[in-house]
Amino acid sequence: MTQYLLAVHSVEGQPMPSEEQMQQAYKAVGALNSELQSAGVWVFAGGLLPPSSATVVRAQGGQIVTTDGPFAETKEQLGGFWIIDVADLDAALDWARKATVACANPVEIRPFQEV
Amino acid sequence: MPDPGTPAVERAFRESSGRAVATLVRLFGDIDLAEEAVQEAFATAAERWPETGVPPNPGGWITTTARNKALDRLRRESSRYGREAQAVLLREQTSPAREEEPVPDDRLRLIFTCCHPALGAEAQLALTLRLVAGLQTPEIARAFLTPEPTIAQRLVRAKRKIRDAKIPYRMPRDAELTSRLPFVLAVVYLVFNEGYTASAGDELVRTELCAEAIRLARLLAELMPDEPEVRGLLALLLLTEARRPARTGADGSLVRLADQDRTRWDRAMIAEGQDLVRGCLRRNQPGPYQLQAAINAVHADAPAAAATDWRQILALYDQLSALVPTPVVALNRCVAVAEVHGPGVALGLLGQLDLDGYHLFHATRADLLRRLGRAAEAAAAYDAAIRCAANGAERAFLIRQRDALGPRPRPAG
Repeated sequence: MTQYLLAVHSVEGQPMPSEEQMQQAYKAVGALNSELQSAGVWVFAGGLLPPSSATVVRAQGGQIVTTDGPFAETKEQLGGFWIIDVADLDAALDWARKATVACANPVEIRPFQEV
Repeated sequence: MPDPGTPAVERAFRESSGRAVATLVRLFGDIDLAEEAVQEAFATAAERWPETGVPPNPGGWITTTARNKALDRLRRESSRYGREAQAVLLREQTSPAREEEPVPDDRLRLIFTCCHPALGAEAQLALTLRLVAGLQTPEIARAFLTPEPTIAQRLVRAKRKIRDAKIPYRMPRDAELTSRLPFVLAVVYLVFNEGYTASAGDELVRTELCAEAIRLARLLAELMPDEPEVRGLLALLLLTEARRPARTGADGSLVRLADQDRTRWDRAMIAEGQDLVRGCLRRNQPGPYQLQAAINAVHADAPAAAATDWRQILALYDQLSALVPTPVVALNRCVAVAEVHGPGVALGLLGQLDLDGYHLFHATRADLLRRLGRAAEAAAAYDAAIRCAANGAERAFLIRQRDALGPRPRPAG
């Protein structure tokens, strides 16, 4: 079995989804989470608050520098993620297809290193 | 790699190489290990066979030898390979070695792995030619006029992704097969088209790529006899390839379908292609490749260009554009419209297409304008086509067509 990160990419500056669309997405993601759990492939998942809530720390010249805001000033930011444990990429893609429909955003699939 | 020697030996090498790699990938789950071991087995064959003679079943010999070489490698440097390969080693230590029987599905599984949609189109192409067709990296580079390091890097990255992301070696399940098969067919068709009209360079056709594509299509048809689109693709390739001898003049220049010497068409290939098309018609599950094959079968039926049944071709294009509503299909349909309803109607339809960068769009437009007697506009359209065409033979053909319009009218003002 391999663990995969299903990363939800949200694009900033897109029109805000309506209240109704938000509710629908919450419901669909909730249903998918239950499905992942009952299939025994769930490891962890969560949605993130906007990048404006982010703080970056980095080691620089022997000191730790702390800065406000996200690391990369790009339009596309990580909005949330799932970690699942499945047999192979095809199985991960099957779940990712459901995930992108549920959260209405593009989903990137990346395998974790084997430990 | 043995000395290529005669084409027969080379072909045998390619065929058994594809089979052996596919079997070893199934056994060890590691493409690099499979490839290295098969190369070693061929090196051993090149050393021994001249003395011992070719064994009765060369393919089986290669596969069994390669498997043993792979096991040796695993014993020597087991940490280099994945867990799956190491598990094989463990199994091997408890059960004795035996003659390795190839499973026909091995190559099919490998084709679907190579053409996985998680890999880029160029990577799919290079992998299929390398692993399934058994072409060496320099051959692929030469065929696509791409620097060898570029192809090598593409292969390395694709193989790494297969391993890291765990792209599985298996046939897609039934429900998935319908969505995955088009990727496989597209790769084979791309190999053929690249061979049939090389996208760059001066030579019109790169025969070896056409032959390779037909071989892959035959393999698919043999392995998936119940897929009508697979048969459709094979028929399309055969019917197109059959015209190749008539497609170039003695000086290597391009000869249009209408002007071709039809006695030079390959009748055996046409018969095989038409047979496949008839089988598809009986099944009545039309798809894009079957329809294109049927269109080519109608062309092949006509003893002379003037005898072409354009109404039937147009009806087939109507069906095709309903299934594949792309501008390129619409452009080809326009050619049939011109024959059935006249160049004026076709020109009107052409005006709605957005294909400004495609040389055949401008070439078709130029031809319609010429037939309508609008020489100055035709010349300008040929100029646009010449600018867009990357193949030397095609460009030369377009220049001849333009110059045949007569002296250029002086620009106004």
